[in-house]
Order: sequence, then C-alpha cells, then structure tokens
Amino acid sequence: MSVEVISPGMLSTVQDLGRYGFQAFGMPVAGALDRYSLMAGNLVVGNDLRAAGLEITISGPELLFRSERLVCITGGDLSPKINDRDVPVWQGLMLREGDVLSFGGARNRGSRSWICIGGGIDTPPVMGSRSTYLRGGLGGCDGRRLKRGDILPLGAPDNFSRRGEGFIVPHELRQNYIGRPVIRVIPGPQEALIAPEGVECFYSSSYRVGPDSDRMGYRLQGPVIRHKESPDMISDAVPWGAIQVPGNGLPIIMMADCQTTGGYPKIAGVINADLGLLSMMLPGDYLSFRRCAVTEAADASRALKGDLERIRVLLADHRSRPKDHSREIPADDGAMLLKFGGETFDVTWRII
Amino acid sequence: MTALPGSVGADSNRFDNVLKGGSDLEGRPEYPRFLWCGDACLVTEFGDTIDPLINSMVKGLELKIRGLGLPWLVETVPTYRSLAVYVDPWDTRREEVELTVISLAREAEAKSMPSAAIAEIPVCYGGNFGPDLERVSIHTGLGPDVIIRLHSSKLYRIYMMGFTPGFPYLGGMDPRLETPRLEDPRTLIPAGSVGIAGKQTGIYPIPSPGGWNIIGRTPLVLFDPARPSPFLLEAGMEIRFVPVPEERFEEILSGKGA
Repeated sequence: MSVEVISPGMLSTVQDLGRYGFQAFGMPVAGALDRYSLMAGNLVVGNDLRAAGLEITISGPELLFRSERLVCITGGDLSPKINDRDVPVWQGLMLREGDVLSFGGARNRGSRSWICIGGGIDTPPVMGSRSTYLRGGLGGCDGRRLKRGDILPLGAPDNFSRRGEGFIVPHELRQNYIGRPVIRVIPGPQEALIAPEGVECFYSSSYRVGPDSDRMGYRLQGPVIRHKESPDMISDAVPWGAIQVPGNGLPIIMMADCQTTGGYPKIAGVINADLGLLSMMLPGDYLSFRRCAVTEAADASRALKGDLERIRVLLADHRSRPKDHSREIPADDGAMLLKFGGETFDVTWRII
Repeated sequence: MTALPGSVGADSNRFDNVLKGGSDLEGRPEYPRFLWCGDACLVTEFGDTIDPLINSMVKGLELKIRGLGLPWLVETVPTYRSLAVYVDPWDTRREEVELTVISLAREAEAKSMPSAAIAEIPVCYGGNFGPDLERVSIHTGLGPDVIIRLHSSKLYRIYMMGFTPGFPYLGGMDPRLETPRLEDPRTLIPAGSVGIAGKQTGIYPIPSPGGWNIIGRTPLVLFDPARPSPFLLEAGMEIRFVPVPEERFEEILSGKGA
C-alpha cells in the first residue's frame, strides 16, 4: 500500500485542498495550486475530493508503485510515462505492482501537474490537512518536498476505483494550460492608494511571470505601477490571489503559501475560478488582467462546479459499461453499477 | 458610504438603505467600509488607525459572525482595523454574504466590546536568552533593570497574528524602549525569543531569521501543531511579560509549573 520515490523531480509535494481555520493565527492555507485539477483527478480514481495527491513541478518525479492502483494525472502535461511508455494526462491509468511512473518534463504545456492515486496519499494529517507547507516545515512528507527513498503510504481505494481505467476527461472539462491568459480580477481594497495612471497601467499592460515565482507568490515583471503617495498601509489580511504592489511598483500575485497578513496595497484580487490558470504558468509566460464583478466571479465558480459534476456523470457512465469485473467480486460480498431508467446506481452487498 | 468595489450591488443603490443605518463611529461616517478582496474574501474596515477600540470592534464582529453557523463561512482573520471574512469560493451566495456582514458590522459597533483575556508570559531577560539587552541599553540610555521593568510592567494588546504561524503583533510598548532593528539580521533566532524592533515588541513563535533586538526568551511553546489547540495566543488577547530567573527556564519548559 505504498509508492516509493526513486527520484523526486524539481519540486514535488503532498497537497490536498488546504489547511483552513488557522489563518487568524498566521497559518497559510497551502494546498494544491489548482484545486479543480486535484478534485477532478480524485473523482476519476474514486477518491473523496479532499484526498491528498502529489503536486509536481516542471520536471516530475520517478515513482515505483508497490501496489496496484488507478492513477489520474491532471493539470498541465509534463510528459508522463509508465515503464518508459508515453501515457496521456487526464485519463484513468492502471498501474500494477512494480510499475514505474516517470515524467519527461514540461514541454510548454504547463508547469505543474497533480498525480491522484486511488485511496489517496495517507501521510498523517497536521491540523486537519495533509498539505505540505514548505516554509513552516509541516504537513505532507515531514513538511518538505519529496526526496529519493521516501515511501508514500496509500489509503485503501474505493471499490469502484479500478473501473475508472481508460476513462478520458473530455478536453472541454480540463483545466488547460494557456500561454497568455487574461486573468479576471476584482478591484482590490487598496486600489485608491494607487495613482490613477498606475491602475490604468495595470489593466492595460502585459506582465511576465518572473523567475523567482513560487508557491508563495508570483513576482511579475513589466511596467512599474506608481502609488499615489506612500506604499505603506496598516497591515491587513492577504488572501490567495491578492495582487500586492510593493514600493518598487512591480505587482506580486500571492499564492497558496503566502503570508496571511501583509502591509502592501492590494490593487486587485484574482477570482477563484482563474487561480487554476495561474497555477500552470511557467516563468517567462505573459499574462494580463481584466476587471470583473463579484457576480461574474460567482458565475465562473458555478461553471467550474458544473464541470466537476459533468465529469462525475460521465465517469459513472464509463464505470457501468459492460466489462469483465468477475475478479473484483469476492464470494461473500460484492459491488456493481446498475443502469436503470437512465440513472446509474452503485450497489454493494454483503452476506450477513 | 463607499460602494463595494466589484460588489454585487456596485452599480445599483440596492444597499443604500442598509448602509445608511447610522454609524456609531462618531465623526467617522465613512466607516465601517466593506471591500471585496478577490471574490472569496470580504473585508470590513472599522478605521485606518491602530487603536484598541477599533481593534475590539473587529473582534466583536468576528465573534458575532463565528457564532452563527453560516454555511458559506470558511474562516475569519482579524487584523488591526479590519476583519476579513473568507467565504467558500464554490458557494455562490455572494449577495447574502454582503447583506449578513453589513448588518452584523453595524450591530458590532453598538454592542459593548468583549473584554480581553490576559495571558502571562514568563520571560528570562538578558544573558544567553537576551543577547541584545545591552544593545537596547546603549541605544536607550536605560539600565538593563529599567528596561526589564518597563517591558514587563505594560499590558500589551495582541492586535493580530501573522508574519509566521503564531506571531503576535503587539501594541502598547513604552516609547522609551524604542530601538532600531539590527543592521545585520541574525540567520536564526530561537523559538520563544522576545524582541524589540522600532516601536514594536513581539515574540518569535518558531525558529526564524530576523533583525529584532532579542532581550529575552520565554519557555512557553507558542505554536505546536501536534497540540489539540496548536496556538497559545490569539488576536484580541492581552499579554503581560513576567520576568523569571534563568534557572526557571528548563523547569517551565518541562512543564513543572508556570
């Protein structure tokens, strides 16, 4: 019930949906940089949406599977391979005991992927989450990035997990990598501290993701944004997605591992539905910003939620297709999917 | 009242009747202000100064909101003069969020402020635990005993937590203790270190680099993720530093009494 790390890749960490409830104490949320990709992958392999997976960056890890598991790799395409044979992303893949999952690396199709494994990664939860918070050194695999020789414990997979083998998430339901995205933002609480021409500059310019961008924040390069007067303000809360403008006038997008409070004016805040687009950007990629209203942001969240539901329905259909499942059904208990009147039912039974 | 940037009602007057409900913040009709920070965090500002009264309004609103069992509420973050209300980004009832927060914020002003809990923090001043006590003494012209007396005689309000997990932003230090940061920050300051930086005093909850003048150390563990309540302190509390002799450090650390 484990996976062995043969080589860790550039930056691979255990992440779930994040550690909530402690931001008031200064604890960042951490968690997968693209929640949608993690949730979609978890759906495909039959996990709870909150199960932990691996977030991998640019060059992926090499993993030896010590147990048979369904795996789904979502997010960007880092050229995954099973036993050196190319395999697709966003698809249910069965790995047998002894199989090796490796990656060829990023080829301009996104910088990050999420590896979801049937049963989830079962490292001990810390403060209610398995997410790795690197700077604080807690959660996931001893609070650090994976290293060679780590053994990742796995949970028990769902009865139906293996039936997701071969399931392909349709292209329109994926979080796809876009090279030059237009990111939707809500005007920020300190927009008034920025000079009007600074605000104009922010919305009309293209910015480039700087090389020193990480899970804490993306430092952007491009035209300098001027403040009205001083860039100082009384520190207040900083959510994931907030775009701060420090004294040098170059915006920083705060990401999942960011400090919970900060003292730089926030010119804007990225809407939740567009955080996934950011998560897959590579240093050197360009992006620009467009104002939107809270109502539009809520519509975008609703649409993403709808996409997850679509995946759930398509997966149930895929799982119910006739296949030889005999070896999955032991004598004393069993499980099957029944299609009846257009509805699909999960049926399990046990002899008592 | 300023319209909420990006608000659900930003381009209508739908909130006018709610927002004109009479502010108790005398002479400051522009507060409270409600500002979205992204689409999943609504900030209520009670002012733009560091002030215990404003900070208790923040705490008052937080207690009210937390008590309601609101389905869309994820968590709240109180800061010096504002409360951030984090909502479930997948829950799309933003209008309900605005109306709830706006009406509660108005009530929070009228109600009496919650009285702060007081925590006593034992501190071993000077010596190995406080290598910069002498530096503060040279800068302020005060003897070490006077510094310890001034530092431990005040009640400090925890205005907010942030910077690193469990770090309290304290207010109320005696201005005579003001000392600039070290020009050459230390690469590692032990957990529990008590320091002075400019007008501020604080405690390092976890080992971290930093440029504060370290004048002492507490044996109390401010942050332990394995504890049922990982954090010892929280925003809105008041703390008092209690000088203890160096011999007591290990004793308190090992739990033989505080």
